Amino acid sequence: MLNNDKSTNTTTNGDARNVRPHHSFFSDWIGVAPFFIFTLFFIVLPSVGLVSRAFQDNAGNFTLQNFANLFTREILSSYWISIRISFTTAVAGGLLGFLMAYAITVGKLPAGGRSVILTFSGVASNFAGVPLAFAFVATMGRTGMITVLLKNVFHINIYNMGFNLYSFLGLSLTYTFFQFPLMILVITPALDGLKTDWREAAENLGASQGTYLRKVMLPILTPSILGGMILLFGNSFGAYATAYSLTGGFLNLITIMVGAQIKGDVLYNPGLGYALAVGMVIVMLIMMIFYYLLRQRSERWLRK
Amino acid sequence: MKRGSFWSWLWVAIGGLYFFLPLLSTFDFSLRAKKGILTFVAYENIFKDPQFWSTIRFSLVIALFTVFFSILLVVPTVYWIRLRLPQLRMLVEFISMLSYVIPAIVLVFGLIRVFSGSPFYLTNSYFGTYVLLVAAYVVLTLPFSFRAIDTGMSAIDVRSLTEAAQSLGAGWGTILFRVIFPNLKVAILSSVFLTLATVIGEYTMASFIIGLKSFGPYMSLVGQNKTYESSSITIISFLMTWALMMVIQLFNRTKANNGTHSGGR
Amino acid sequence: MAFIELSNLSKVYGTTTVVENVNLSAEKGEFISFLGPSGCGKTTTLRMVAGFELPNTGNIVLDGTDITNLSPRDRNIGMVFQSYALFPNMTIGQNIGFGLQTRKLSKTEIKEKVAEMLALVHLESHIDKYPYQLSGGQQQRIALARALAINPAVLLLDEPLSALDAKIRVELRLEIRRIQQTMGITTIYVTHDQEEAMLLSDRVMVMSQGHVEQIGSPSMIYNHPATEFVAQFVGQLNLLPVSAVDLDAATCTVAEQTVHFETAAGREPGESPRLAIRPEELHIGLPATDEEVNVLRGEIASVLFLGAIVRLRVRVNDVFITADIFNERDLTFPRTGDEIVLNFSKHACWLI
Repeated sequence: MLNNDKSTNTTTNGDARNVRPHHSFFSDWIGVAPFFIFTLFFIVLPSVGLVSRAFQDNAGNFTLQNFANLFTREILSSYWISIRISFTTAVAGGLLGFLMAYAITVGKLPAGGRSVILTFSGVASNFAGVPLAFAFVATMGRTGMITVLLKNVFHINIYNMGFNLYSFLGLSLTYTFFQFPLMILVITPALDGLKTDWREAAENLGASQGTYLRKVMLPILTPSILGGMILLFGNSFGAYATAYSLTGGFLNLITIMVGAQIKGDVLYNPGLGYALAVGMVIVMLIMMIFYYLLRQRSERWLRK
Repeated sequence: MKRGSFWSWLWVAIGGLYFFLPLLSTFDFSLRAKKGILTFVAYENIFKDPQFWSTIRFSLVIALFTVFFSILLVVPTVYWIRLRLPQLRMLVEFISMLSYVIPAIVLVFGLIRVFSGSPFYLTNSYFGTYVLLVAAYVVLTLPFSFRAIDTGMSAIDVRSLTEAAQSLGAGWGTILFRVIFPNLKVAILSSVFLTLATVIGEYTMASFIIGLKSFGPYMSLVGQNKTYESSSITIISFLMTWALMMVIQLFNRTKANNGTHSGGR
Repeated sequence: MAFIELSNLSKVYGTTTVVENVNLSAEKGEFISFLGPSGCGKTTTLRMVAGFELPNTGNIVLDGTDITNLSPRDRNIGMVFQSYALFPNMTIGQNIGFGLQTRKLSKTEIKEKVAEMLALVHLESHIDKYPYQLSGGQQQRIALARALAINPAVLLLDEPLSALDAKIRVELRLEIRRIQQTMGITTIYVTHDQEEAMLLSDRVMVMSQGHVEQIGSPSMIYNHPATEFVAQFVGQLNLLPVSAVDLDAATCTVAEQTVHFETAAGREPGESPRLAIRPEELHIGLPATDEEVNVLRGEIASVLFLGAIVRLRVRVNDVFITADIFNERDLTFPRTGDEIVLNFSKHACWLI
């Protein structure tokens, strides 16, 4: 009897060992090691490098002076113009993108329209940088098609009226080209997530179309819309190629300043250059925290 | 109903104009290289330029390496955190999304400063700069390759697939390459083509790390020196982006049609 | 004059007729279920009553007024959805008050009514929570409270329990019945679950492929199914192949044994008749001598233990018959291969 028990025990143990692979600390981590090593080298190291250098003076001692030096008129104005452009294009592109996404989801457009517009949005949101700048020069530059068309047909010379492609307005118009398609891609799933049951329940309870929009649909979508706009903000805040090819440094965006600092120490103060870049990350971090909070809210609402 | 439809059409029309007018203007401009007549000479000039072909070949090779390494990096990682280390999920997702937070210009700044000296000197050799550029692009495309693969893997039950394969005697290599990868085909391919579309004409990182060898900086050079060719190369670049996006669309459609029997071959 | 009356309702999408010629009249306070498999048109019929679909023909009269083409928001009909459809951006209180707000009631009136409704569904303490903080069953109770808050003339429920766990489902259906009876509200309930329909309803309307198969009380539907569809859809049914049918003598041959069946007006067998009998009508053993009772001898093919009942598959000369017997604590289980004798009353079976 005793013997029997013992042998059964040993067999069960042996079986368990065979069936269940032994998980050691090492074997668990080996699968993700490449990812962490890679990101350590190419994300963490460069970031830590910039941040640590931003807190050092020329002799390598710890200092906060670099950040204090950011508060000069020139540097603040370049942050400010970047923020203004990002804000403007996020709101304008966000609205246009939302309205178009609304049209292809809730609005009654023919079925084919949706996939066509989503494809074009994919193209346009990826079509940024050098060629986009060229395209807008050909469109709204001094001899651009729209400029000439307005002058010849409608006798409106926009350049005499103070328009300039290399200005705040010009750059905003150019950025919007990739902003609104991105908004379409970001917001369409949220619009798809609106249940028809909500509309019918509202109607059933006596709500008009307007009441439904105001009290149900827009409040539900607001976190997603704001979240989308924050993504657009970041998208334009970090844009360098488009701005550089379009203005060649004419407009003092923060990305252009950082770019110049990489090429050569134009600020005559390496530490200040690093602080400049770290400042951009701080702005982005603040934005991403908002984004995260908004996303949490909308996901919580829409959870089943 | 009628009113809703009118507004829908209006917004779509505005968006459509915003999208097509610049392209139309650029195309129109690209045909005016000779006074008075429409000509494709600006395109011929681009296609005759050996630098066009060498830069595009270079960027394509870099893009292919980027694709290769990002898949090799992301698929096993996502697989592993789904299978063994779900507690790391938040951390890996956070790291993957970091390149949204760190703008490309800032990242390239950091990369150049870190890798222009010991102990990790990369910018002193051609090979080193290629490695640096590919790594930079892997980071740049990490947010959406992570998303795509993660979504793809949530659609298949990796744990059961793995356990089923294990119970049939498969080793890790077989599991990964004959079970997991084939079932992720669509997710991987969409991320591949999105990566290609992002990387091939990329300017910011390429211009600082590699310069004129790659296609983005080459386009910029064309724009500085040649008036009409800047338009023709814009159209060419647009068509490339468009073609890559169409391919993605195609994959997604095939997936929708026979989503029930994925894998196979 | 009935309180709500559907006459000749039809709905066509393209070339498919989803609802065909539905007629129904319900009295005030009645609880009516639309029962049928998915795609039978029960939900479409309900949605026509709610106003979300317009019928192609026919009309709907509610309390003497034709509401066929009235907008849903003017019908004063409450509706509960399968997905609850609570507004996620509003608290429980705001959800329940929504219909009152659109009716421009004063703040104090709304507050009172919301409190009253919450008390009705026993969720008073949840007034300031959001829907996502509630369980599915609680959410559906809130949805019920929201629909009732507007004092609707009719309450419509579209498969309200099918998204819930079995246990909650059983609990909540009693709750629905209780509330319905307290308020005396005319109710239409759509379900594919026959148990739910039987338990809740005063009358059940069984639908199939867009048309009405039978309307009647639950016991009527079960004991006197009007069509083969109803007989098969509601409850379990044996359909046994027969030969040598003699309608005058009301006898036929089942598995080489003579069986007496009941004939009734309106129950003429079809082209290839079969004998219909419910499993619970079959008993084990020989009956006390009675010529009204049929006897079949066979052998047990399988035994399924279902808790309260034990389901036997009996083979009688290559015909399989299902018989349900009640479980008892000291029941000796028949075993596969045992010889068995089944008896059943001639009143329990009929030809289809």
